[in-house]
Amino acid sequence: MLHGTTQKRGWGFWAQLAFTLLVCGFLILPALLSMLAGVTVNFFQGLSSGLTLKWVFQVFELYSDTLLLTLGVALGCLGVTLLIGVPAAYVLTVRQSWLTRLIEEVVTLPVAIPGLAIALALLLTYGGFGEFRRSWGFILVGHVLYTLPFMLRAVMAVLASIDIRTLEEGAASLGAGFWTRFFTVVLPNARSGILAGSLMVVTLSIGEFNLTWMLHTPLTKTLPVGLADSYASMRLEVGSAFTLVFFVMIVPLLVAMQTLSRLERRARSARPLADDRAQAPAVKATAVETVR
Amino acid sequence: MTFAETPRTPVQLRACAKTFADGTRALEPLDLEIAGGETLVFLGPSGCGKTTTLRLVAGLEAPDPGGRVLFDGQDVTPLPIEKREVGMVFQSYALFPNMDVAGNVGYGLRVRRVAEAERAHRVAEVLEMMAIGDLAHRRVDQLSGGQRQRVALARALAVRPRVLLLDEPLTALDAALRERLRVEIDALLRRLGITAIYVTHDQSEAMALGDRIVVMRQGQVAQVGPPREIYFRPANRFVAEFIGTMNLLRGSRRGGRLQLAGGELALTAPGAPGEDLPDAVETEYLFRPEAVEVISPEDASLSGRVASALFLGDRTRLVIEGVTDRPVIAEAAGRREFADGDRVGLALDPRDLLRLPG
Repeated sequence: MLHGTTQKRGWGFWAQLAFTLLVCGFLILPALLSMLAGVTVNFFQGLSSGLTLKWVFQVFELYSDTLLLTLGVALGCLGVTLLIGVPAAYVLTVRQSWLTRLIEEVVTLPVAIPGLAIALALLLTYGGFGEFRRSWGFILVGHVLYTLPFMLRAVMAVLASIDIRTLEEGAASLGAGFWTRFFTVVLPNARSGILAGSLMVVTLSIGEFNLTWMLHTPLTKTLPVGLADSYASMRLEVGSAFTLVFFVMIVPLLVAMQTLSRLERRARSARPLADDRAQAPAVKATAVETVR
Repeated sequence: MTFAETPRTPVQLRACAKTFADGTRALEPLDLEIAGGETLVFLGPSGCGKTTTLRLVAGLEAPDPGGRVLFDGQDVTPLPIEKREVGMVFQSYALFPNMDVAGNVGYGLRVRRVAEAERAHRVAEVLEMMAIGDLAHRRVDQLSGGQRQRVALARALAVRPRVLLLDEPLTALDAALRERLRVEIDALLRRLGITAIYVTHDQSEAMALGDRIVVMRQGQVAQVGPPREIYFRPANRFVAEFIGTMNLLRGSRRGGRLQLAGGELALTAPGAPGEDLPDAVETEYLFRPEAVEVISPEDASLSGRVASALFLGDRTRLVIEGVTDRPVIAEAAGRREFADGDRVGLALDPRDLLRLPG
């Protein structure tokens, strides 16, 4: 179908195409308008007022610290989820028992529980530790709780699909101890899962609002919180410029994620070659000769 | 050639039993001596304990307390697999997808910190031996099943293991390829003279490869012996019926003759010293299809009716009814054609008859 059918397309095709485009337009238009507003001199006068980068610069001026903090939290979050998530995914895959299944469920809970509830629990429990409460580490903890299951799931899925236990047994039979196996067989073969999980974690951390909004202090604001702040207290154009900045940051990550999953699918659909009935030579004829 | 120096490590199992954490007894206490350079095949239906035994030798499982595994007299029971210097070929091959063929084959040498030049040399040598030198830089997912099998063997042999362990290495392949690789593996094992333990559920594989076969059933050894002995002198009914096809004759014994629905059968050959067995109302004898000769019913003391005839080219496989309470399978050589319902006579050398405990 995709590769050009020779038969003439019926009216049904065009009707569906038109409908799809209409829906896409409906969804994309607000985003486009919002970004356009960010570079319009005066949104209420419309485009006739001219285009400007003034608002974008103003966003950088006012919120550059939130930008840095967001990236810092995202990278910190990535570091922690890699450090905890990858070994945990390995253990949960290799040692299947009721305990590991329970742990898996518990770790996944934050995906289902509203961010606000998690934030509230964190505040109740650790809110009293002033230094910690005021530091960006507090937000980091929330983000790790929220993103860890995504890293875990991505890595576990890959490990399960390649039968890591047998691969490890193979490596062990060749003389590799645990750490050698972990670094030469487990990690390299989990790479696609680790990469997918990493992109997911960074993207989610950058865009996280629910938790962060509860956990932040005036000095620890991340991008989405700043966005809400600017919409609430600034000109509409500044808020819109903020959206633009946000898009520029997040879209490359989303594209990378898509590309990665496509590559992954392609790699997985590559089937082994058909068996070489005739052309594979038998083990050296001389070898057979010496036996007889 | 370096492979001439293959170690011929004798392997001994002493009272090796295995009970899994959930209480399942996978293996009853087993004592077994495997001679240096011998190819021993564990044969049995799934769940009989053959793979568990292999994993005990490999060091992937520990025997229950009291069990010991010895390589060349050295107790290796406490050693994990990575310290046992075994070569193992897995049913799924377990090739590393993140390395090419040379990387896989050289992995064991890399782990042992063999210098790169030496490593390359030895990898090339093993690949050459397995006739896959041209695949050295292929990715694993670009290999066919047969090629993967060869790479797995090459990888296991590259480290010059003390013992080679093969866990159903041909099961994942199609029949024709399996047949060919069986011949190759046989030649390879004989040429290397390495001690090899081979696990399979395929009796023809076991027959073709084994110096000795261990037939297993429900965690216990049913019989140990060379293929011919297992085939011609099975120790019990299970072995007799698991290996090849067996016919069962049930009748009464009177005066050294077996009385059956389709006639009678002498139990001692003329001139041959036979067993002097007492008369019995009901007794059972077993024989293989190829032991019976299909003759004309007038010349035979035992006869039956052809229920179906299957022409196989070199012979015709007949299912004959009316001989005893179960149909008898016989094989007729030559060009004679059989139709359903034909009366045929059966001649049987009493030496081909087996009497076995249930």
